[in-house]
Amino acid sequence: MAMNYNAKDEVDGGPPCAPGGTAKTRRPDNTAFKQQRLPAWQPILTAGTVLPIFFIIGLIFIPIGIGIFVTSNNIREIEIDYTGTEPSSPCNKCLSPDVTPCFCTINFTLEKSFEGNVFMYYGLSNFYQNHRRYVKSRDDSQLNGDSSALLNPSKECEPYRRNEDKPIAPCGAIANSMFNDTLELFLIGNDSYPIPIALKKKGIAWWTDKNVKFRNPPGGDNLEERFKGTTKPVNWLKPVYMLDSDPDNNGFINEDFIVWMRTAALPTFRKLYRLIERKNDLHPTLPAGRYSLNVTYNYPVHYFDGRKRMILSTISWMGGKNPFLGIAYIAVGSISFLLGVVLLVINHKYRNSSNTADITI
Amino acid sequence: MDCSLVRTLVHRYCAGEENWVDSRTIYVGHREPPPGAEAYIPQRYPDNRIVSSKYTFWNFIPKNLFEQFRRVANFYFLIIFLVQLIIDTPTSPVTSGLPLFFVITVTAIKQGYEDWLRHKADNAMNQCPVHFIQHGKLVRKQSRKLRVGDIVMVKEDETFPCDLIFLSSNRGDGTCHVTTASLDGESSHKTHYAVQDTKGFHTEEDIGGLHATIECEQPQPDLYKFVGRINVYSDLNDPVVRPLGSENLLLRGATLKNTEKIFGVAIYTGMETKMALNYQSKSQKRSAVEKSMNAFLIVYLCILISKALINTVLKYVWQSEPFRDEPWYNRKTESERQRNLFLKAFTDFLAFMVLFNYIIPVSMYVTVEMQKFLGSYFITWDEDMFDEETGEGPLVNTSDLNEELGQVEYIFTDKTGTLTENNMEFKECCIEGHVYVPHVICNGQVLPESSGIDMIDSSPSVNGREREELFFRALCLCHTVQVKDDDSVDGPRKSPDGGRSCVYISSSPDEVALVEGVQRLGFTYLRLKDNYMEILNRENHVERFELLEILSFDSVRRRMSVIVKSATGEIYLFCKGADSSIFPRVIEGKVDQIRARVERNAVEGLRTLCVAYKRLIQEEYEGICKLLQAAKVALQDREKKLAEAYEQIEKDLTLLGATAVEDRLQEKAADTIEALQKAGIKVWVLTGDKMETAAATCYACKLFRRNTQLLELTTKRIEEQSLHDVLFELSKTVLRHSGSLTRDNLSGLSADMQDYGLIIDGAALSLIMKPREDGSSGNYRELFLEICRSCSAVLCCRMAPLQKAQIVKLIKFSKEHPITLAIGDGANDVSMILEAHVGIGVIGKEGRQAARNSDYAIPKFKHLKKMLLVHGHFYYIRISELVQYFFYKNVCFIFPQFLYQFFCGFSQQTLYDTAYLTLYNISFTSLPILLYSLMEQHVGIDVLKRDPTLYRDVAKNALLRWRVFIYWTLLGLFDALVFFFGAYFVFENTTVTSNGQIFGNWTFGTLVFTVMVFTVTLKLALDTHYWTWINHFVIWGSLLFYVVFSLLWGGVIWPFLNYQRMYYVFIQMLSSGPAWLAIVLLVTVSLLPDVLKKVLCRQLWPTATERVQSPGYQSTCPSAAWYSSHSQQVTLAAWKEKVSTEPPPTLGSSHHHCSSIPSHSCPRSRVGMLV
Repeated sequence: MAMNYNAKDEVDGGPPCAPGGTAKTRRPDNTAFKQQRLPAWQPILTAGTVLPIFFIIGLIFIPIGIGIFVTSNNIREIEIDYTGTEPSSPCNKCLSPDVTPCFCTINFTLEKSFEGNVFMYYGLSNFYQNHRRYVKSRDDSQLNGDSSALLNPSKECEPYRRNEDKPIAPCGAIANSMFNDTLELFLIGNDSYPIPIALKKKGIAWWTDKNVKFRNPPGGDNLEERFKGTTKPVNWLKPVYMLDSDPDNNGFINEDFIVWMRTAALPTFRKLYRLIERKNDLHPTLPAGRYSLNVTYNYPVHYFDGRKRMILSTISWMGGKNPFLGIAYIAVGSISFLLGVVLLVINHKYRNSSNTADITI
Repeated sequence: MDCSLVRTLVHRYCAGEENWVDSRTIYVGHREPPPGAEAYIPQRYPDNRIVSSKYTFWNFIPKNLFEQFRRVANFYFLIIFLVQLIIDTPTSPVTSGLPLFFVITVTAIKQGYEDWLRHKADNAMNQCPVHFIQHGKLVRKQSRKLRVGDIVMVKEDETFPCDLIFLSSNRGDGTCHVTTASLDGESSHKTHYAVQDTKGFHTEEDIGGLHATIECEQPQPDLYKFVGRINVYSDLNDPVVRPLGSENLLLRGATLKNTEKIFGVAIYTGMETKMALNYQSKSQKRSAVEKSMNAFLIVYLCILISKALINTVLKYVWQSEPFRDEPWYNRKTESERQRNLFLKAFTDFLAFMVLFNYIIPVSMYVTVEMQKFLGSYFITWDEDMFDEETGEGPLVNTSDLNEELGQVEYIFTDKTGTLTENNMEFKECCIEGHVYVPHVICNGQVLPESSGIDMIDSSPSVNGREREELFFRALCLCHTVQVKDDDSVDGPRKSPDGGRSCVYISSSPDEVALVEGVQRLGFTYLRLKDNYMEILNRENHVERFELLEILSFDSVRRRMSVIVKSATGEIYLFCKGADSSIFPRVIEGKVDQIRARVERNAVEGLRTLCVAYKRLIQEEYEGICKLLQAAKVALQDREKKLAEAYEQIEKDLTLLGATAVEDRLQEKAADTIEALQKAGIKVWVLTGDKMETAAATCYACKLFRRNTQLLELTTKRIEEQSLHDVLFELSKTVLRHSGSLTRDNLSGLSADMQDYGLIIDGAALSLIMKPREDGSSGNYRELFLEICRSCSAVLCCRMAPLQKAQIVKLIKFSKEHPITLAIGDGANDVSMILEAHVGIGVIGKEGRQAARNSDYAIPKFKHLKKMLLVHGHFYYIRISELVQYFFYKNVCFIFPQFLYQFFCGFSQQTLYDTAYLTLYNISFTSLPILLYSLMEQHVGIDVLKRDPTLYRDVAKNALLRWRVFIYWTLLGLFDALVFFFGAYFVFENTTVTSNGQIFGNWTFGTLVFTVMVFTVTLKLALDTHYWTWINHFVIWGSLLFYVVFSLLWGGVIWPFLNYQRMYYVFIQMLSSGPAWLAIVLLVTVSLLPDVLKKVLCRQLWPTATERVQSPGYQSTCPSAAWYSSHSQQVTLAAWKEKVSTEPPPTLGSSHHHCSSIPSHSCPRSRVGMLV
């Protein structure tokens, strides 16, 4: 049995009620805090106080919702699936692994012209970039240019850590599976020659990623030198220092790479591929008409039932096309308004009944 | 038989022989007895070291850790942590290790510090010097080196270092005075007696030469019981055997007073002293809230396990297609591939468990503990419960039960000292039918001669006069009062005439009142000196009586006697006790007249005692002496033998008269009881007092009203009818009534709100409790409980202390399992205080035992009202919100993670970053709820006090019922669905930035998390009814803290992290318009249903509390609940009727309030309604 006995009692256990002096010290302080009488605001949620709030929510949310909805509807967006699993698709031939490299062209028509900046995305579905094994399979120190991590990547990168006794740069499953289709866009004019559309590679990644989080390893001017001692990821065609000719977009700070490295939240996702900047105010960026998408088909998705898409979208202040927010706002606003009305009725009725009740009692 | 034999053998074998001796033999001064004395088994005794500390320096860490991990919750978290360490889990061990480490460390430091203090105190105790005798010389050594058998010398004002047998003192009469204030709180001086044959050994040399052995029982914790005997050997004669009782025992912890020095021999040392044995831990009481909390925990544990199971199964179903299990872009390592399937599945299961383990948060335990600990300070700080007179405030001995105070359904209260002041005043005495009233008492003057005596009947004859004086002498002699003739006595009782500086001290205030009363009637008890009691009689002569024996008072016998020898050599036995214990033993005297007077007095609420005497002749006395001696020397069953001896001695008495002492009601006792009854609490009075007295007190404190029909279940009735018949008859009465009650309630036109009061006495109770021969004991109990339940008030009189506890137990384990509260002030209430769910001690005059053993102690009974109605109500509301909210916020926290598994291939990917996982419960959402649970006041303090019916709103654990719990859980689920799918639809296959860039999974998680933190905090804000600046600070502060933390956490590349996944995620998210819109929308949607539910419930089915909360309440004053208002009217009507015809019994001038109309918050409206 544990002793709960306290020798302290014994030491200073004098007569328990010493007179006079101690009484004063034992007296509790008469402070608002100790007496639990701090001044306080005592709001009560009653129908009366809540009613206006419901109406106000309704009145605010419905216009916002309508605004969002209209904005979202004004966004132009087109999705072109080029997976090629259907036999009729021009990319169908690329499903076989023998044809390398494989080129295919998909024609499509823009019914309405796209104005302002147009953003070109590629979209994958059924691709689990958020799988735990996948998400953690990277080494942020290596990507941040840490030279020791470059040559000795984190264990998290397994089984994409080393290849033929050389460390992989960039290591890990994410980097290894980087999207490597090349997409080109041509406007097919009335006659003859397709006009290539200028696609801007830079500005697709977060500024902070490009400039702070991702850094090439230190060293001289030659990027290849800096990556010396490493090998390319198994699935890559080219090593990391040959991703782009522009030195500001090469190596770890290649924006296509950075975009890929930001793992998507859901298995169906899209990633920004290129920007099509508007030329001037007079001409739409992408006028209505026929276009062709030239694909260098490298990236196999049919093994896991995936789809590949190319998306062209304009952007508003609230991003791409998404009717959900608008509809949700309108719905919540209306429900809240409705509830306000219901409460008003109940409040009215109740008040009557409570009055009578008071009288009978 | 065989079994028990084996068991005994096993015990002996295991425990060692010496522990099985039921008495111990001690050689005084370690001197061997002369040969030929009985052989005995040598025993080993501990040294006098007191060890109150739990740990030593070496075993602190392992032992403390072991103790901490014995708690289920800590063990659970340890397991989770270990799983995280061993297998590859989605979250790093830090997320659960850090909080666990924090909790464990804080607890360990606290316990270590406490233990260090105990060590210090122990050392101070163990090293303090003690004088003892070695070979006739005085030696000093440290207290801890003291051993059993050592002869110790203690000086005045020193405390005894161990339990001693008192051998001699420097006083000639072999007595010493002792105060046991630190043992049981009684500051009065008690007299202890040295052994007759050793009291002459005054010097060290003498005592060193003492040759004696002591046989006594093995140590046991009862402070007031001790049996032993001493054999004193001398060279010439046979050894002398003397009995030893508690009056010879000086207990460790008591202090020597008014005596220069004493010698004693150590018999119990160290941890075997009665004091040490008494400090053993009380059994832990657990509150109803804690029980519901544990039930909820089990539900959540099941949810957790089923979630993990579901996900594991689904994972393997989903993975059955190889391209999903291992697509080309996401290969496994070789070792992962080769792992056994079942092992893999099991690891996955554990990983899911770890992922979802936050649903049972460590922080809940910490918060609950902190809430209870800190919350109890508000009780001790309460100025309203501070008593100016005594300078005492409320004490909180256990903070675990704060909320239980809000759940009380039954109150068992002691009468004397709890309901009443225990401030006795001698009212009158009745001698042979003549009534004497010292009516001058109130003036505090003593009138000379007999002029102060108001003789109601004709003046007594000469014979009567003799009897009268005998009566007064009896009162003067038959008591255990001590006289303190000094100025520095801290005892509370000063004799009223300032001229004499003499104070009577006794453990029983009745005795003091009697002695003082007799003093006013002309007989003054002076002192007890050298076994002679001295009395100053009316003629100012000192009469001396030799005190031969004291047959001390006990609560079973309910009487005491003294045997004295007058100066003339006549031997008298004076007996004083309750009428029920005296009348049967009386053969002579005016029994009928006195009985009538006693009954009349009892009805008026006075405490009556009867006095009888017997003249003994020398032979008789010698017989008695022998009888007593034999009983006293007995080692076994001494109590029983003594009782038998007393039984034989105290008979054939002559009745002298009776006394009446008034015990005034405590202030506002009636008011408090009324409020408690209105709060739906049943109040039972359990008292040792006689029925009539107790019933009168019950009337005075409005427990019984004028229209209460009293049902009696007393010995008297049972004698007339059989118990069976009485019980069935009563139950029939009561049940018919309750049947009609329901009918009336339905029609709402109950005309006769007949309420019943039950009176039961101890003997009847023991009959009911006694199992019958046919084993169907439950039958009567059930019936009895049935009757009790239908009665609005129950009075149990003539209760022995243990019976009080029995009653409490009976109710406690009846089928509704109501929450019981016992309140009392004396040692006789301790058992019931310990038995009840909540024990409350009144810091009273009868010592502090009750207060010490209680969970809470209050200075006055009236403070119970605020304790229950305000503090109890608040703490119940607070903690139930705390518990529900904790589960709610963790459902909100974890359910999105669960949903996310469906979208990440059941891969245990976390939705939130590690920092968020760790800090969610620790810092983002911890302080608002803690502060809420300390500060919340859903209704003002004054309103709660004014309207006790509000207490009914939280009765029966109302806020923690399964329905409420399910509501909160569903609300959590709904909110989690809103967060997750809201964010899902915002993010799904689109971009939400104005520069076209894409967010990843961490932004998704952060969005969900942000919405969650805001929703959960605002939900609490909606529930807060009492916004002090602290609440504002904490609620808005923790939201701000979340934002600032997220900005910081994502704003810097943290060099100590091996990942930078949160870098700029939060800031990027805030740069997106839709994220803001989504946050506003989702928070609104999540809170909307709760607001709606609250408003609708308040509007359509408002509880009494909600009505009171509504702003219009103060002006219109609707009756808080129909029930109360209704019963009020009826009662009032009844009062009005009765008042005119027959005034309710009042207990004297001090009780005006009990006939006044109950004052109310809105008396006008009520009266208006009546008219």
